[in-house]
Amino acid sequence: MITLTTAPIDAAALLAQVADPTRGALTLFVGTVRDVNDGRAVQGIDYQAYGPMAESELRAIVAEAHDEWPGLALAIAHRTGYLALGEASVVIAVGHARRGAALDAQRYCIEQLKARVPIWKREHYADGTREWVDPTRTAATTP
Amino acid sequence: MQILLFASWGDALGASLSLDLPAGCTVKELVDTLRERVPHRELPQPMVAVNQRYAKWDQVILPDDEVAIIPPVAGG
Repeated sequence: MITLTTAPIDAAALLAQVADPTRGALTLFVGTVRDVNDGRAVQGIDYQAYGPMAESELRAIVAEAHDEWPGLALAIAHRTGYLALGEASVVIAVGHARRGAALDAQRYCIEQLKARVPIWKREHYADGTREWVDPTRTAATTP
Repeated sequence: MQILLFASWGDALGASLSLDLPAGCTVKELVDTLRERVPHRELPQPMVAVNQRYAKWDQVILPDDEVAIIPPVAGG
């Protein structure tokens, strides 16, 4: 289940989507807006997405994970629009019979998402400036 | 042809741009053409998506393709 949404993400609801008695391992990753990046105080972030392609890339990542770890259950949600400090920008819930597969799939999904899903973030700094984050130029790693 | 642009490229050139591309125009030629419109801007090297899939530099753009300029992504 893939969701791009401007509304706050309900992490518990995503976890419930992948929960099942056959799945002994559930993992939940929540990426939130951090208060500092590259030494600059951040007040909030706005997220922009190329919606249709972001959804198709997320679906492709989910399909790849299912191929790699059969029996997986996955729910991914990404927020767009303006987010304040501490708000969840991305939530990934994974369920599998075994913890090894669940944890590996979790890591795979967030790393692939960050590498290839067409979503961008513009940080709003305390000094009033705003800047698009370019991970190829900076050490920016806000999840 | 309509080109979609995002993030820093969208700020520099607009979120959507109508262009008359010569027949046989490649992805690389499109990016070069766009850069020439804003020579004073330092824009990161983008990827280009054709019909919502990442394209190679030598891919030829066809008239009905959906083309998007994808600056370095920063989701998560």
